[in-house]
Amino acid sequence: MAKRIDVSDLDIYYGKFLAVQGVTVSIEPRSVTALIGPSGCGKSTFLRSINRMHEVLPGARVEGKVVMDGQDLYSADVDPVDVRRQIGMVFQRPNPFPTMSIYDNVAAGLRLNNKQTKKADLDDLVERSLRGANLWNEVKDRLDRPGSSLSGGQQQRLCIARAIAVEPDVLLMDEPCSALDPISTLAIEDLMTELKERFTIVIVTHNMQQAARVSESTGFFNLNGVGQPGRLIEFNPTEKIFSNPDEKATEDYISGRFG
Amino acid sequence: MSVQTPIPTSGASAVTPPQDRVAGRLPRWGQLAAFACGTAIAALLSWLTDSTVVLFVIYAAVLGTLVLYVASRRAEGRRQATDRLVTAIVTSAFGIAMVPLAALVWEVVGRGIERLDAEFFSASLQGIVGEGGGAYHALMGTLIITGLTALISVPVGLMTAIYLVEYAQGRLKRAITFFVDVMTGIPSIVAGLFAYALFVLLFGPGIRLGIMGAVALSVLMIPVVVRSAEEVLKLVPNELREASYALGVPKWRTIVKVVLPTAIAGLGTGVTLAIARVVGETAPLLITVGITNATNFNPFDGRMATLPVYAYYQLTQPGVPPEFAIDRAWTAALILIILVMGLNVVARVISRFFAPKTGR
Repeated sequence: MAKRIDVSDLDIYYGKFLAVQGVTVSIEPRSVTALIGPSGCGKSTFLRSINRMHEVLPGARVEGKVVMDGQDLYSADVDPVDVRRQIGMVFQRPNPFPTMSIYDNVAAGLRLNNKQTKKADLDDLVERSLRGANLWNEVKDRLDRPGSSLSGGQQQRLCIARAIAVEPDVLLMDEPCSALDPISTLAIEDLMTELKERFTIVIVTHNMQQAARVSESTGFFNLNGVGQPGRLIEFNPTEKIFSNPDEKATEDYISGRFG
Repeated sequence: MSVQTPIPTSGASAVTPPQDRVAGRLPRWGQLAAFACGTAIAALLSWLTDSTVVLFVIYAAVLGTLVLYVASRRAEGRRQATDRLVTAIVTSAFGIAMVPLAALVWEVVGRGIERLDAEFFSASLQGIVGEGGGAYHALMGTLIITGLTALISVPVGLMTAIYLVEYAQGRLKRAITFFVDVMTGIPSIVAGLFAYALFVLLFGPGIRLGIMGAVALSVLMIPVVVRSAEEVLKLVPNELREASYALGVPKWRTIVKVVLPTAIAGLGTGVTLAIARVVGETAPLLITVGITNATNFNPFDGRMATLPVYAYYQLTQPGVPPEFAIDRAWTAALILIILVMGLNVVARVISRFFAPKTGR
């Protein structure tokens, strides 16, 4: 299930603008990798380029390699749709489908792809995914209610359930807790700790305590100035980053002495 | 509760009482009284000058507003007076805008109700001279031709809108948007002439077919559908598209299963209003479909009657004696208004019924 991703010399562009330059990193399976850094340094852009969501925007493109299973995800014969089936994503703002019930939201990955599944199997999958997202007990009596009837934290867990229902190998999370209160945040952090047994998790966060709490490895992104491309400054085990980082910039950022 | 107030530097501001926050107010009945006063003066004025009811109403409104403004200016001060003045102007503007609508509905209902009977809906004009007869053939013609128009315009319009919102980029997108805007402003007679010229090229001169009318109306309806659908599709949050892509759903399936269902209420409303827009078109149908007294269900064979053209001919060529045909024209107009109103109600029901439910 969980897979390793090797990124090498990745340059990410928006049209002519080079947003992120020269990222080389190995993301370990069955662990949480956190990406931190100031706003606009390209963390989210890098995250979105892992499952080829970056190129959805007009003019956006990527140079370099992202290798999973020994195959470059950006080689010409790879279909981005297949990549996204293997690398799921959870977004900053909870975005359940407003036209669908809670049940249908979780089943959306299969339903939208027209996979013929038996009702019993689908029920089973929905329950498993909702349990996996720690949401089952809260919603089991109202699966036919609209997904948007849930609270923000529940909606975000619904989105996680939706993402893990398609059984991806990797789960990307783009600031999944930034719109949530501390209690919902805690629920999702606990969830990440459980999910990393089965998935490779990459999370972008602005909350350094969160990175320290949940991740095994941490990458620090930074940029030299406005209009300059973002770079991966340092990538190390989380413990080392937060106690004894190699780079001065990392230490400044983490200790709040930045800028 | 005692609050330490800093000692003022100038004595003047210290003694300024809080009175500048307490403005005088006209009593509740002040507004009514002002207009009653205005009406009284207006009555006197119209009696003296021997003027009509319309003039009296205008006098009353203007004088009432003036009296209210002056009274308010004296009692309440300038800002309140201006507020009352502008309120009166805005309300009058609304009243003026309602006058044609109310008059039109009043007149059409008053004159049309007479022949709004079972015969009108069941008989055509075949073999009718003078009294009786109906608009069954015209109603059917309007329904058939409008239905065909919708059948042509809705797929073309929706797909164009989907292309514009989901696929098109750059110069081509701007060009299409521009030409759709231009098309929105095409005079309906030009659309009619276009369809006529097109079918003359294909079938020779003098041709009249129901389908020609549908083509002409489509020229008018497609841009309306495109514009409304485009606006609605733009409202679908990008996050939903991304959520779908991130589940490994291809783009076309995302559009069909996520974007369109989310926008269905707005799309339904837009299409219904676009139909209401073309259902009463007269000029293009006059050229392309013509008129007939018999019922013709086949839009691919010969002339058809439609309600607007029917009303036009009943009014302009009523025969002798004319009053029966003129009554029929009014009733046809009434049915058209009812159709348009009904379509608007349908649009509202659609937007209420299909709107994404928040469930709170």
